[in-house]
Amino acid sequence: MTKLWHSFKSLFLWELLIGMRLTGRNLFARKITVQYPEESAPMSPRFRGLHALRRYANGEERCIACKLCEAVCPALAITIDSEQRGDGSRRTTRYDIDLFKCIFCGFCEEACPVDSIVETRHYEYHFEQRGENIMTKDKLLAIGDKFEAQIAADRTADARYR
Amino acid sequence: MLELLIIFAKIAAIVAPLMLGVAYLTYAERKLIGYMQVRLGPNRVGPKGWGQPIADALKLLFKEIVIPSSADRTLFLLAPVLAIGPSLAAWAVIPFDDHLVLANIDASLLYILALTSVGVYGIIVAGWASNSKYAFLGAMRSAAQIVAYEIAMGFALVGVLMAAHSLNLREIVLAQSGGIWHWYWLPLLPLFLVYLISGVAETNRAPFDVAEGESEIVAGFHVEYSGMAFAVFFLAEYANIILISMLVTLLFWGGWLSPFEGIPYLGALFAFVPGLVWLLLKASFFAFSFLWFRATFPRYRYDQIMRLGWKVFIPVTIVWLVVLGIAVVAKLPPWFA
Repeated sequence: MTKLWHSFKSLFLWELLIGMRLTGRNLFARKITVQYPEESAPMSPRFRGLHALRRYANGEERCIACKLCEAVCPALAITIDSEQRGDGSRRTTRYDIDLFKCIFCGFCEEACPVDSIVETRHYEYHFEQRGENIMTKDKLLAIGDKFEAQIAADRTADARYR
Repeated sequence: MLELLIIFAKIAAIVAPLMLGVAYLTYAERKLIGYMQVRLGPNRVGPKGWGQPIADALKLLFKEIVIPSSADRTLFLLAPVLAIGPSLAAWAVIPFDDHLVLANIDASLLYILALTSVGVYGIIVAGWASNSKYAFLGAMRSAAQIVAYEIAMGFALVGVLMAAHSLNLREIVLAQSGGIWHWYWLPLLPLFLVYLISGVAETNRAPFDVAEGESEIVAGFHVEYSGMAFAVFFLAEYANIILISMLVTLLFWGGWLSPFEGIPYLGALFAFVPGLVWLLLKASFFAFSFLWFRATFPRYRYDQIMRLGWKVFIPVTIVWLVVLGIAVVAKLPPWFA
């Protein structure tokens, strides 16, 4: 009997019609495409994009060259040299992130005791020359200055959970 | 001379709208499949993407036609012509209305059957002339598939011939007059389904697109083709889709006849609609269903295709031919009275 029912169904293309009903329904469903350059998908404050080095409000750079980020970096993308500055504080002379090595895991951000190295929401960037993939201290600080308002807002939004 | 010009004008009057239809069928396909996959489909060129087929055609026109060094040049260039020629020539006998037909010949159904089969030679020649493994495999698959499905298709047409007592497409349509229940889809339901599905197989469309089989043999018979030579294969495929939808309409769905014929009030209400509109409406539904099939079904496995063709379709058509023969002899009302 089941065999008969099975051949009846296959003869009248029953399961194929069910499949067509599904696609037919989707034809009228709401489309989920995001029209990228004009629209963009929603983004979390924890988004891990391009790196930045932050400053305090008085203009002093936050980084104290503790090298925790360098130590925690699983891809060995961070290179730090440091020395004692004139006023006796410990500062970096070199802070390089190789973006070709970086895997954007966010460990550096988590390790930093002074919230200096952060990953911003900025992700639309490109390189045109060999060597531009090395983000030097100057470049990182410039990015930090440029996006400071956004970075600070994101830290505040996430503060409850940190 | 003037007569020749008139003939050319008639051909242009059929081929020009057909080519436009083909161009926008590709657009409709991308858009519909997109919609069925909850995407938007092409929407960048022109308003709502309406310029997309034109942009595609221009791009293909300006691309180089690469001829592989070990290919047979003559056959390689002849193959696309062989593919598109029959699919355009078949339109000569398609009646668009009671009197609107380029060549009202008596054996037009035979002519159609012959031409739709000849189109496959384009694919086989392309696969052979390319001198490439994938193209050759595609051609072999296409040949085997056509052998299997051509028989069932022919038998389905024999059913129509028996029911209408004519091979002339115009008379076949007129034999179906008398309202939607008199159209042959009902008495010939199995044959209609077999013809539609064989039509999908004949045009090498999903789920029977083993001749292309992107995931298995790259692009099958047209791997080596580029530029306009490739575009011609594409045109032929889509022209064939429109042709098959048109034939299904003419043979099983009453052609240009109004679906409201014989229904009181409604019949009179829609009497003003020209037959061509009904024909195009019905044919576009079947063209739409070709796209619908492609969006829904995965490709058949090769042995499943063979099984369906030989072990299901041919027995089904033969059995129904016997049933039909009895019905015709017994003058079964309302169809054969």
